[in-house]
Amino acid sequence: MAGIEDALLQTGRLDTLARQDTSVHRVDPRAKVLTTICFILLVVSFEKHTVAAMLPFFVYPLVLTTAGRIPPGFVLTRLAIVSPFAVLIGVFNPLFDREAMAQLGPWVISGGWLSFVSILLRFVLTLSAALLLVATTGFNNVCLALERFRVPTVFVVQLLLLYRYLFVLARETARVLRAYHLRAIRSRQLPLRVYGSLVGQLLLRTLDRAQRVYIAMRCRGFSGVIHTSAPLRFRAMDGLFVLGWCTFFVTARLLPLSEMIGGMVLEMVS
Amino acid sequence: MSHHLVEVQDLHYAYPDGTAALRGISFRFTHGEAVGVVGANGAGKSTLLLHLNGCLSPASGKVRVGDVQVTPKTLPEVRRTVGMVFQDPDDQLFMPSVREEVAFGPLNAGLTREEVETRVALALDTVDASHLADRPPFRLSGGEKRAVAIASVLSLDPSILVMDEPTANLDPYARRKTIELLRSFHHTRIIATHDLDLVLDVCTRTLVLHRGQVAADGSPGEVFQDEALLAACHLEKPFRMQACPVCGAATKAE
Repeated sequence: MAGIEDALLQTGRLDTLARQDTSVHRVDPRAKVLTTICFILLVVSFEKHTVAAMLPFFVYPLVLTTAGRIPPGFVLTRLAIVSPFAVLIGVFNPLFDREAMAQLGPWVISGGWLSFVSILLRFVLTLSAALLLVATTGFNNVCLALERFRVPTVFVVQLLLLYRYLFVLARETARVLRAYHLRAIRSRQLPLRVYGSLVGQLLLRTLDRAQRVYIAMRCRGFSGVIHTSAPLRFRAMDGLFVLGWCTFFVTARLLPLSEMIGGMVLEMVS
Repeated sequence: MSHHLVEVQDLHYAYPDGTAALRGISFRFTHGEAVGVVGANGAGKSTLLLHLNGCLSPASGKVRVGDVQVTPKTLPEVRRTVGMVFQDPDDQLFMPSVREEVAFGPLNAGLTREEVETRVALALDTVDASHLADRPPFRLSGGEKRAVAIASVLSLDPSILVMDEPTANLDPYARRKTIELLRSFHHTRIIATHDLDLVLDVCTRTLVLHRGQVAADGSPGEVFQDEALLAACHLEKPFRMQACPVCGAATKAE
């Protein structure tokens, strides 16, 4: 139960971070959404065994973390929480794919290990980019940007309400769980039977609340569209942001930047 | 100013599961009246309120707001006239910031951006919440949430305010501030509440509901003196009208 409340506070922290005023925060939400999409698509488009060529992409999250004054620990803990999913996806690759692909000093590296590391890198890159987008823009502004991109209003409204009532639902869950634990002093685990009725209970409450929220919205003239009063301004700087980063991403995708830089360093050393 | 009038004639309503919630309610509230709707849990207060702006439609009987009868066709007009503040502010506050929350109604009504801004500023100023404008509503305290919920309805400039338990879950200070706020309004106010002291403070008239019917309708001072009636309706005298439990001195009824 403490877990849920902690997670809630952490999500609240995302909002606090998003309210800062830095050069990254000032960039138009649409520019950041576009850049993030471009970034994610290109990272995902790499071939199965790519590792080194992906490294230049770390520049983007690093710059955003620094310029946006986002504590790196915040991003890293978030990544750690979700990492089991990525690890599970790739963990069997080294067992199945034993073909030797590369040589690192005395060690022979199999294709499986390469693809495993590649999956982890993709995971870290895409997720940190998405996290940083929300942390430097705010969830609601991301929704606003999506709306301007003609994403169907139903989805945008859905996302906005989802985010809003996440807190209410989490708080409710925490209360129900606490009430359970206070009366079930000896059992630490939630028995399946209790779990079932508890989840059902929460669902029913959610439906009731949805009904009330809907009535409240209708009372103030809601007809399917949420009008936001904050106007967005897309300035030349924002265009530059998108253009600059996307050019960098495409270059990094097409040219083996790591090898080139490595070669240059070697040349300078020798 | 006939649009400040609320008239209900022989209103009946049963919930889909067959529970009869309202059984023949009639009244007429006029301009500027502040009416406290009181009654035990399940007496039909909230159900009645939901009829006043067409969230529920009557099984039989009529609801009239101003010159307009509440029907599915007249809903937009009725909802502009009747502002409804819900019991749980979390049900009402769903926008990302207080400012957008308060602007939600006026924007839906199609007002221009300048007009909306003026309305928002005025509404927030009225409830003394201008300093909260950029905060997300779900991070506010209970009292602040209530104030914002009221502002989000005021911004629509309604003639009639309908409130469900406006002082529920508030600390004494927030409750006092809410009462002062309600007193300062000139709207027709219809307030469902268990807080009979609030009714004494704010209302000029009280409607006692009991099992879906009107058990009494009169000035709060008189109605709350009728101990037999209150007992029958599962109510108790307002604290202010009870004798002091410590020194035994009887207080004067207003």
